[in-house]
Amino acid sequence: MGSNIDALTTIFTEFYYFVTVVFMFFIHIGFCVYEVGVARRRNHMHTLMKNTMLIPLVTVTFFFFGWWIYWAFPNFPASIDWAAGAANTPWSPTMGTNLGDHITGVFWAAFLLFSWTAASIVSGACIERIKTTAFLIHAVLIGSVFWIIDAAWGWHYGGWMVKYLGYHDAYASGVIHAIAGGYALGILMVLGPRLGKFAKDGTPRDIPPHNPWLVTIGFFLIYAGFWGFYAACNVPIISPEVIDGQITGVTWTATNIYLAPTTLSAITFNFLMSLSGGLMVAYLVSKGDAFWTYSGGLAGIITASAGNDLYHPIQAMLIGGFGAYCAFKLHGYVERRFKIDDAVGAVAVHGYAGFIGVVICGFMLWGAPSSPFEGYATISPWGQLAGAIIMFGLLGFLPGYLISKLMQSRGMLRIPAAVELRGLDAMTNEGYENAVADVQAAERAILNAQSK
Amino acid sequence: MATTSYTSWAADLADVGAVYPFVGSEVVMVILGVVFWLTCQIMMAKMEKEELDAEEKSADVKSSTANIDRY
Repeated sequence: MGSNIDALTTIFTEFYYFVTVVFMFFIHIGFCVYEVGVARRRNHMHTLMKNTMLIPLVTVTFFFFGWWIYWAFPNFPASIDWAAGAANTPWSPTMGTNLGDHITGVFWAAFLLFSWTAASIVSGACIERIKTTAFLIHAVLIGSVFWIIDAAWGWHYGGWMVKYLGYHDAYASGVIHAIAGGYALGILMVLGPRLGKFAKDGTPRDIPPHNPWLVTIGFFLIYAGFWGFYAACNVPIISPEVIDGQITGVTWTATNIYLAPTTLSAITFNFLMSLSGGLMVAYLVSKGDAFWTYSGGLAGIITASAGNDLYHPIQAMLIGGFGAYCAFKLHGYVERRFKIDDAVGAVAVHGYAGFIGVVICGFMLWGAPSSPFEGYATISPWGQLAGAIIMFGLLGFLPGYLISKLMQSRGMLRIPAAVELRGLDAMTNEGYENAVADVQAAERAILNAQSK
Repeated sequence: MATTSYTSWAADLADVGAVYPFVGSEVVMVILGVVFWLTCQIMMAKMEKEELDAEEKSADVKSSTANIDRY
């Protein structure tokens, strides 16, 4: 830190990311609450623990190699940036308490919370029948490998997708949501539906959430955490000199993840307007169904996220409404046509809405610069379409499907039918009831002895 | 083809104002937005009326008593 102003900027930035991490924790609490609300009573504990245990596993693997991938893989497979990666290996002095580096830890954590979100999106889709072991392997792969490769390609300011395709995805419509939705679809195609989900003629049955109120609280927590997610995708304050790109003058600015100018006001406008567009349309199209109205709010934000650094609020609202409509309709169509049982609508809300959002951004921001650096392609519909296919298909669906096929061939993927029918928590619940009976009997015996 | 008034960030940010797509079309956007809002609100009202009509038709003493008892 060369001067007091540099020191203050650094400490402010450190604190800024720290706060975003705390906010983003709410996303995970929301996912846990929401999944437990959707799951049936006999599966609560396993549903909760499956989503909880991704936290430590994704955290340690992201520390060991996920973070290194982000810095080393912007041009992978053409080349690996060993020099940039070196400062982000788990043995680097900057990956620990270091008075010379205030930023790496909080920046690592912000990306880590994105990793949890990617894995947690997948978690909800396959509840009540996937083996926890299988899911946790998937969680590590999506959370610490595949999503962070796509982040290196399409989110890093030097990523090849940004340079050559003009890929623009400021708040991760594709980088987090489309890839996680695609990955979940790949798993679901192999995993199959929950027992009883489809009638003999193929008609899908509704499996209602056991507790709609818990689901509601979960959604609100996810909405709250989304603020942190948006803020974490920005650089809060930086000078043109530090960016060292085409920007001239001395005016400091906030930037998106690509170091291109935006404002916190922009994302505040657009977050709220895209949420509102999504909620209104989803309420109408689902005929007031609470589950889909809330999901539509999320789909609205996710569809507009790719360009929410630059959209006008009314544009964000209309795009959000369109995304919610598409997510609802596509969920029903895919469920009926392909017999895909997505328990929480994750593929639709994150995958389809994310994919559509990336493509729409190509039309809306056609010709706008993707980067503040010279020589980068501008944003275009074809660059965005290619990006959406890479996110959803190449890094999402394909690995999810192939790894699930491998797991299935080894009998690792799905729980036995008898356990599914009896409930994953049957033995835990019996143990609980036995413990309650045991302690009640002991306390009654003490009471009887005292009263004599 | 460009929907924005700029195709690079080679500018002094002190001189840059609105950067959203279709700058200059604000009135058109507001008209579209208001149409969207009013359409949604009218459709919500219509949907509620249909729902309440159906509820009213299906209401009887037995089901109402059961719901009162259930609180």
